[in-house]
Amino acid sequence: MTTLLDVRGLVAGYGGIPALHGVDFSLEEGGVTTLLGANGAGKTTTLRALCGMIRARGEANFAGKRLIGMQTEDIVRLGIAHVPEGRGTFTRMSVEENLQLGAMSRRNGADIKQDIERVYEHFPRLRQRRMQQAGTLSGGEQQMLAIGRALMLRPRLMLLDEPSFGLAPLVVREMFDILAGLNRNEKVSMLLVEQNASLALSLADTAYLLETGRIVTSGPSAQIREDEGVRRSYLGY
Amino acid sequence: MELFWQQVLAGIATGAIYACMALAVVMIYQAIDHLNFAQGEMAMFSTFIAFQLMLWGIPYWGAFLITLVVSFIGGVLIDRVIFRPIHDAPILSHVVVFIALLAILNSSAGFIWDFTVKSFPSPFGSAPLFGSSLISAHQAGMIGVTLLLLVFLFVFFRYTRVGLSMRAAAANPASARLVGVRVGWMVALGWGMAAAIGAIAGILIAPVVFLEPNMMISILLYGFAGAVLGGLTSPAGAVLGGFMVGVVENLAGTFIPVIGGELKLPIALMLIVAVLVFKPSGLMGRTVVQRV
Repeated sequence: MTTLLDVRGLVAGYGGIPALHGVDFSLEEGGVTTLLGANGAGKTTTLRALCGMIRARGEANFAGKRLIGMQTEDIVRLGIAHVPEGRGTFTRMSVEENLQLGAMSRRNGADIKQDIERVYEHFPRLRQRRMQQAGTLSGGEQQMLAIGRALMLRPRLMLLDEPSFGLAPLVVREMFDILAGLNRNEKVSMLLVEQNASLALSLADTAYLLETGRIVTSGPSAQIREDEGVRRSYLGY
Repeated sequence: MELFWQQVLAGIATGAIYACMALAVVMIYQAIDHLNFAQGEMAMFSTFIAFQLMLWGIPYWGAFLITLVVSFIGGVLIDRVIFRPIHDAPILSHVVVFIALLAILNSSAGFIWDFTVKSFPSPFGSAPLFGSSLISAHQAGMIGVTLLLLVFLFVFFRYTRVGLSMRAAAANPASARLVGVRVGWMVALGWGMAAAIGAIAGILIAPVVFLEPNMMISILLYGFAGAVLGGLTSPAGAVLGGFMVGVVENLAGTFIPVIGGELKLPIALMLIVAVLVFKPSGLMGRTVVQRV
C-alpha cells in the first residue's frame, strides 16, 4: 500500500493560541485511519488545518502535493472532501441542490447526473426527500446528505468529523455500515475523527491517539483497542 | 377613483426602481454583510456613462447594453480593488470606505459632466400608454423592464450552476468553500450584478428625476426602505418591499394633505424605523441567529 497523506509537525491554532503542537501521522491509500481523543484534543483542528480552513505550519503531503498554504477551494479539487462537524449542509436549499453543489468543482454534466443517482442508491431516503429543504431533514438524513454531498466530489480522501454526533444508536450503526461499504466498494480513503472510540476502532484499520495537540499513541486498531490506557480512558471498561 | 388608480400605477412604476435599488443593496448585503451606501452613486455614475455614450451618437439600447457591461466590470473591480483587501476589517472601516466611494463618485461625476440638471431620453416616450390616462408609456416601460430583469434573475439563481454557487456562497461561505465554490469570485460577481442592476434603475428613472450627480440620493433611501421592509436577507422580499414603498409613498403624497409632495421622503424613513421596531427581520426575511 502507498501513503496517501503524510503529515509532519503540523502546528495550528486559533487567534495565536496553538491547539496543535506538531502532529505527525500518515494514512494509507484505501485505508481508514482514525484520530481519537477527548474534547479539545485537537481532532477537529487537525481536519480544519488539512483543508485550509485555518492557518497552519508544518508539512502535509497529499499524493505528492503540499497542502499547507493552499486555498480550501483548491484542496477540494485535489479530491479531498471534508464532512464537517455539524454537517454544514445548506439548510435552505433542496437535497438535490446540495448534491449538485457537491460536484461544483467538476465539469461534466452527464457524469454528475449519474453520480446523483448513485448517491440516491446508497441513501434511498434522500431520493424520497430530493425536493425538500435540507434543514427540514432529520439529523440522520442530514448526515447522509453531508456524506452524499462529499461523494459527489468523487473524493480520494474523505475527512469525517464526528459522523455519529447527535444521532440515535441505530442510525449510527447504519451510518457506519454505509461508511464501511463506501470504503470497501468505492475505495475511498477516510480520515475519521470520533469521540466514540469503540465505534471508530471498529471501522478504522489504523488509529492515532491525540492528547492536547500531540499524538501520544498510534498503531493498528486491534492493538490500540488492547492498550491499557486507551481502554480505561476512552473505551470505559 | 381614477386618480387613485393613477397614483397606484405611478407608485408601482417608481416602486419598480426602488425594487431594483433594494435588490442591488440586498445582493451586496448577502455577499459581504454590509449595506452599500454608495449604491446610489454607482447607479448615478452608470447613468452618466449612458448619457455620454448617447452624446457620442450611440443609439439608446446600444448605450444601455454597453453601460450594463461597463457597470458590471466596474462593480467587480470595486470589490477586487477596494473591498477584498478589507473584507476582515471591522464594520466602521467598511462604512468609511462606502462613504469615500460615495463622495468620490459624486464629485467625479460633477467634475466630468458638471452639476447642471440635464434631461435624459426615454425610449418609450412620455405619451399616455395606448391613449389611457392611467399610465404613461415610460412608466409602463419602467415596470416592464424591471419585470424582465426579475425573471432573468430568478432563472439565473434558480437554474444555473453559477447562480447556485452564488446562493451557496451567500448562505454559508465556509461550507461553500468546502465543496469547491470560489467564494471570493462569487462575491465579486455579486458586486458586478448589483452595479448593473443599479445602472438599469438609474437609466430608467433619469427621464423622471432628470440627470444630475445627486439624482439617486433619495431614490437610494427609498430603496433602503424597501429592502428593510421586505427583509435584508430576502431578495424577493426586497423587490416586494420596493414596490410597496413606491405605492405607499405615492398614495400618501396624494391623499394625505399634510404630506403632499414635500414630505414624501420622511415616509421612507418612518417605514424603516417602524419595521426595525416591530419586525426587524422584515416581511420575508429570516431571523439571523448567532451563537456567541
